[in-house]
Amino acid sequence: MIYLVQIEQPGLFGKWRDNARSLLGADVHPDNIIWKGTSSTGELFDSVTAPPPKMPDAELRVPKAFLSLANSVICHNDPQRFGMLYALLWKIRSAPAKLGDVSDPLVSQLRVMEKTVRRDCHKMKAFVRFREIDPLPPCDGTEHNQTRRRFGAWFEPDHYIAERTAPFFARRFGDMDWIIATPQQIVHFEGGKLRHEPGGERPDFGTDATDDLWRTYFTHIFNPARLKVKAMQSEMPKKYWKNLPEAALIPGMIAGAEERLRKMRAAEPTVAPARAAKVKAINRQRADKA
Amino acid sequence: MARLSIQEKLAILSDAAKYDASCASSGSSKRHSRDGNSLGSTEGIGICHAYAPDGRCISLLKILMTNFCIYDCVYCINRVSSNVQRARFTVEEIVWLTVEFYRRNYIEGLFLSSGIIKSPDDTMADIVRIARILREEHGFKGYIHLKTIPDAAPELIEEAGRLADRISINVELPTDQSVAQLAPEKNPATIRSAMGHVRENIEASKEKTLVKKRRKKFAPAGQSTQLIVGADDSNDAAILDNSSRLYGNYKLRRVYYSAFSPIPDSSHILPLIKPPLIREHRLYQADWLMRFYGFSAPEISGVSDDGMLDLEVDPKLAWALANRHAFPVNVNRAGKQTLLRVPGFGTRTVGRILAVRRYRTVHYDDLVRMGANLRNAKPFIFVPDWSPGHMTDSENLRARFAPPAQQLQLL
Ligand code: SF4
Repeated sequence: MIYLVQIEQPGLFGKWRDNARSLLGADVHPDNIIWKGTSSTGELFDSVTAPPPKMPDAELRVPKAFLSLANSVICHNDPQRFGMLYALLWKIRSAPAKLGDVSDPLVSQLRVMEKTVRRDCHKMKAFVRFREIDPLPPCDGTEHNQTRRRFGAWFEPDHYIAERTAPFFARRFGDMDWIIATPQQIVHFEGGKLRHEPGGERPDFGTDATDDLWRTYFTHIFNPARLKVKAMQSEMPKKYWKNLPEAALIPGMIAGAEERLRKMRAAEPTVAPARAAKVKAINRQRADKA
Repeated sequence: MARLSIQEKLAILSDAAKYDASCASSGSSKRHSRDGNSLGSTEGIGICHAYAPDGRCISLLKILMTNFCIYDCVYCINRVSSNVQRARFTVEEIVWLTVEFYRRNYIEGLFLSSGIIKSPDDTMADIVRIARILREEHGFKGYIHLKTIPDAAPELIEEAGRLADRISINVELPTDQSVAQLAPEKNPATIRSAMGHVRENIEASKEKTLVKKRRKKFAPAGQSTQLIVGADDSNDAAILDNSSRLYGNYKLRRVYYSAFSPIPDSSHILPLIKPPLIREHRLYQADWLMRFYGFSAPEISGVSDDGMLDLEVDPKLAWALANRHAFPVNVNRAGKQTLLRVPGFGTRTVGRILAVRRYRTVHYDDLVRMGANLRNAKPFIFVPDWSPGHMTDSENLRARFAPPAQQLQLL
């Protein structure tokens, strides 16, 4: 008997876990399951397959390390991930120590996937950029606190990580409403509640005037005397650039760096402003008194 | 003078702040705004939200409140005798920028310092007010690093510590003579006493009171300092000695080294040669060895005759090359402290070696898997399936590691 299991978003991990629990409870061998994610295609096996068994009470104890591994790997974009995790679950049922054995090809492959997902999450926390939706009139020095302000961000991660990173953004941006849209998943945060839905096209969040200030900051905090382009690119890979408001400036900043330095060197020393002598005299008086 | 827009001020006052190396936002207490009435979180590890083409992480809004300054530190672009364009933010503008930048996820928080206007107390009072408004009126829970003015009143520094995650006071230059010469209005003794005061406050905040409750928080991410390298003629030995005193006496979390960077409108007293960035890098490596590898400052800098770190090989390798009698080391027998001194072994590798050794012998391939840098380690270790033979003592061992000589850059 071949079982067909379809895992739909959102809530990938929970759905995978419920199915895996039942299947393991019914002793179904990994080879006898076809796992399908939202993105997988092909209905080839449908005629010979059955829906997975339902065993709602099945209890399953696994090492903590497996849970954290599975929670990451489930976000990976590899369509095989559901089956691979089940295969590992099958293995560690009789030999829990397997989990730590990186010479096992399955374990080491899953570890690599876990790392990839973690890095993607880390970069998402760093590089999501919110734009304000329907902003209130601009700065008069006070923040408008009457209503929750609304923000939206479009981000293109490699994996299904919007749901996984959502609690981080909820802890951080607790007093605003926001949407983070990705091609894989969309997260809404409204009135303190998180809601998830499958991803889609890029929504139009308009433009945000504050991006200009951020660009100003980005260009001016840069020290042209210390160009280290490789270091920058390894931490901020080009694939993220298209959604970063500041990234379009980078080529110009690099190209202009030498020229700025040359000008600085060529500049004649200037005469100190008249004010300087006066201020320094006052400083000396103060110091003498003290 | 025409009124500057907030954008023009931001340009001037971030330009002025970029010579400060620190942008760290890690290591504070954990906080979040899930209650819905506040903004921000810190979760231990700070995030770099962008990288500039200088390779530096941008994690904080790092600005000066003003670049007007009544002091005349020659290495500083803001000194009173410089003709740089001046600007001054209002308290409200900085609060607004911080909150709006934060809401768009550009930053982890604010790193605020300032030129000294009117008096140290006036300046410090404004800095403190910015932090207070952020915390109390905006419920801001992001990271705040305040650069403290050493001559300011202790009450102000104390309030700064209660509001901020990190406090820093720059020692500026490696020796008191250099401070006297290059930063004439600054007083090294005052700087030290302010650092001592901060240390006491931090320690007091960690002591449990009788009712077993934590005292009020004080700079939970600790205290740091920065000094400029290459503006005076102090050698690396003097710099590292100074750092080791700073770590010892004031329990600093970090000492930052900033290679003196050519500044616009610079003073003629300053050296014309731009110190190679690699010198700064070697100092950071040496600093790391003092903090995590059990090396003392004289051990590291004693390797060379002129007290300068080797620019071609890293300080640990340089030490090993100069102390070959201590090698090769038996990876399966040597103690932790000895293993930590092997070039190419990091703290993590050493931890793994010790763990594996408990139940079996470590071989060459294990070291590869543990992440050791064997190119560096090979001549200094032996395991059952590897022995360096006479490599350890060979004449040309250094040449294996040192790249072809590099010329200093003329400024
Ligand atoms: S006190 Fe010295 S280092 Fe600080 S801003 Fe003024 S001139 Fe620069």
